[in-house]
Amino acid sequence: MATLARLQARSTSMGQQYYYRNSVVDVFRKKENDAAVKIQSWFRGCQVRAYIRHLHTVATTIQKWWRGYLGRQRYQLIVKLAYYTMKMNLYNAMAVRIQRRWRGYKIRKYCFNYYYLKEYLKAVSETNDAVRDFRIMNSCTLFRCREALEEFAEMKDREEKKADLEREEKKRDYQARKTHYLLSTKQIPGIYNSPFRKDPDPWELRLQKAKPLTHRRPKVKQTHSVSLSDWLACTSARSFPRSEILPPIDRKPCQGPFRPVAEVLEQRYRPLEPTLRVADPLDGLKEARREVQRQEWARNVNDNMFLPFSSYHKNKKYIPTLHLSSKYGSDSYGRQHFRDENPKRWICDKDFQTVLPSFDLFSKYGKLYSKAGQIV
Amino acid sequence: MSQRQVLQVFEQYQKARTQFVQTVAELATRPQNIETLQNAGVMSLLRPLLLDVVPTIQQTAVLALGRLANYNDDLAEAVVKGGILPQLVYSLVEQNRFYKKAAAFVLRAVGKHSPQLAQAIVDCGALDTLVVCLEDFDPGVREAAAWAFSYIARHNAELSQAVVDAGAVPLLVLCIQEPEIALKGIAASALSDIAKHSPELAQTVVDVGAIAHLAQMILNPDAKLKRQVLSALSQIAKHSVNMAEMVVEAEIFPVVLTCLKDKDDYVKKNASTLIREIAKHTPELSQLIVNAGGVAAVIDCIASCKGNIRLPGIMMLGYVAAHSENLAMAVIISKGVPMLSVCLSEEPEDHIKAAATWALGQIGRHTPEHARAVVVTNTLPVLLSLYMSTESSEDLQIKSKKALKNILQQCTYLPALEPLLYDAPPNILKHVVGQFSKVLPHDCKARRLFVTSGGLKKIQEIKAEPGSLLQEYINSINSCYPEEIVRYYSPGYSDTLLQRVDSYQPLTH
Repeated sequence: MATLARLQARSTSMGQQYYYRNSVVDVFRKKENDAAVKIQSWFRGCQVRAYIRHLHTVATTIQKWWRGYLGRQRYQLIVKLAYYTMKMNLYNAMAVRIQRRWRGYKIRKYCFNYYYLKEYLKAVSETNDAVRDFRIMNSCTLFRCREALEEFAEMKDREEKKADLEREEKKRDYQARKTHYLLSTKQIPGIYNSPFRKDPDPWELRLQKAKPLTHRRPKVKQTHSVSLSDWLACTSARSFPRSEILPPIDRKPCQGPFRPVAEVLEQRYRPLEPTLRVADPLDGLKEARREVQRQEWARNVNDNMFLPFSSYHKNKKYIPTLHLSSKYGSDSYGRQHFRDENPKRWICDKDFQTVLPSFDLFSKYGKLYSKAGQIV
Repeated sequence: MSQRQVLQVFEQYQKARTQFVQTVAELATRPQNIETLQNAGVMSLLRPLLLDVVPTIQQTAVLALGRLANYNDDLAEAVVKGGILPQLVYSLVEQNRFYKKAAAFVLRAVGKHSPQLAQAIVDCGALDTLVVCLEDFDPGVREAAAWAFSYIARHNAELSQAVVDAGAVPLLVLCIQEPEIALKGIAASALSDIAKHSPELAQTVVDVGAIAHLAQMILNPDAKLKRQVLSALSQIAKHSVNMAEMVVEAEIFPVVLTCLKDKDDYVKKNASTLIREIAKHTPELSQLIVNAGGVAAVIDCIASCKGNIRLPGIMMLGYVAAHSENLAMAVIISKGVPMLSVCLSEEPEDHIKAAATWALGQIGRHTPEHARAVVVTNTLPVLLSLYMSTESSEDLQIKSKKALKNILQQCTYLPALEPLLYDAPPNILKHVVGQFSKVLPHDCKARRLFVTSGGLKKIQEIKAEPGSLLQEYINSINSCYPEEIVRYYSPGYSDTLLQRVDSYQPLTH
């Protein structure tokens, strides 16, 4: 109890002391509190930072391992790929090597065989030479129808030679005819027939055979005739033969009651001269007239009015005839025959036909011989 | 009046008509008379005479009419407008052979001028009667009818089709087999005129079996017939490969090559046309011609003639060379290139030059070998001058440019290229320099020669746009040489040297 009493006795002082002590401490309380906070905050910061650092190191470690793993995987891939491409390149190179050899071989053998090409070109040039010269064509074996060509070439050669010969012969013949006066006569030897030689010159014999040139006559101008036969090529050969050279003059007339040769020839090769009756049909006139009547345009030969030249008639008025000027229409004067007036009395419905008898005398005048042998 | 006097009147009239018609027919043969005759109204005077009583007068009137219509298309049109054609066609069947001949002559004369006039003939039904005439006994009538067919079919495909539809082709082929040379020739020309328009028409001609008969006649000595036969064959062969092969199968080679040596110019021309038409289709056909020696024959033919007759031969060489390099080589070894360059320099006409240029281009475009063969005949300067000349036609310029380009792109023969460095325009120069830039890096002697001949100097003087192809080529040429030489030859180098002399300070003690 005593303690209680002591305590109670002291309680006031205790309270005071408490208060006192509190008030003493109060001055430092805030500062200390702040300091404590600071300390705590520093410590806690350190702690958290350390933790975070720890986390970071952990994360890095994880990432490091993971990335290493990924990288190694990719590296593997790349290596594989590189190896593969390297391999393929090698294979390709090898394939190209093989192909190169093979293709070269094939082309050289089948397509561009150099030796073959050379041979071919040689053959072509041989052929060309052969074509350029027909005569060596025998040596050329490429032609299928060689015989025909050879024949053709030969034929051509022959023809040319023949033509040459003929031309030469003709020239010499003409020369001989021209110099026919150099022929020797019975009395005087010609220049080609020397009396000191045994045989006469061959030219002398030729001169003997040749016919002297006649004197040149002035050309008679030919009358150009329009015949139907001479405008198409293939019918020109159809005319009668004409004797180009006149019969010799100096031939003696035959004995007997013969006409002169020229006359006979003329009569023989006389062109065909049909009589009018033969040349034209019997009722041609009539037919044509009917045709003309039927076709109106044929009548209008010329549409322009035919006017005189001089101006003398210019002011003259045209006076029509009575027949034309009649207002009742022109009458049938001169157009109708007496037979047309009453056609009911006709026996047949055909008109009479005009038949003109031909005159033999006209068509044969000067071409006939009388009994006495004279031309009438 | 006695009967005789009356008859005399008629006789006189008939004589007068005969004389008139004959005189007109004779006058119509001279071109200078035609206008006078036309102005005198000869047409309307002849028209009634066509219906004359006397056949001779009729025939002569028809003949005169034909000659007038032959002269120009005005008169031919007057004949058509005068309504004479139906009358002619009508009487073509009825009358005698002389009249038939004359009437067919009129039809031919009218039809030759223009397609319209020929159509007018077709419209009045002349073809059927002409076909009847083709069956006539007289060869003259057949000839005239075939001639008329030829002139009608010549204009265009429709008229030819009309002729074919009229059934003329088999009869024409029959006409070819006749003995008369003139008839054969005209029938062949009619077939040629029919076949030239379209493949179908040519096929109808082939179907009748014309080729065999035509091919037989190639060796005929008559020049005119040969012309027509060759022309007909070439018109058939030109359409398609099949027909060309059919013509070849008729064994025309090497017979046709003899025609190239003929005296007649047109035979030569038609023969080379035929060979050209066959050669142009396929390499195989060309090869066949080459094997038969056709190229040499054509070249000889070109050498032996002048002017337009050369043209088909030149084109044939071009076609053959265009097919393959072997064929081009065959042309070269047949000495075709010198001949072509002769043509190029000799011929005055532009189209022949153009053809020769084209052919040269086709020969030279295959390999350097070919290009060299072309170039050694000194063709490049000629081609260049043709390209540069203002007188040459546009076509020739284009062709020569193409040929130059083709040849230059293959040419490795430098001596021939060098002159071009000096006078070629930039668009050609590009190819020239390009060839140099390809050859020089690999050829030591050529490099040396290029410097000594002054080519390098010229190269340095070329002003090329930086970055252009030409500049690249120049650079690659320059890179083949040491720098000093390039600098030595570049323009203005002497000035820079002198400047260096000026600025040089000698070391004086």
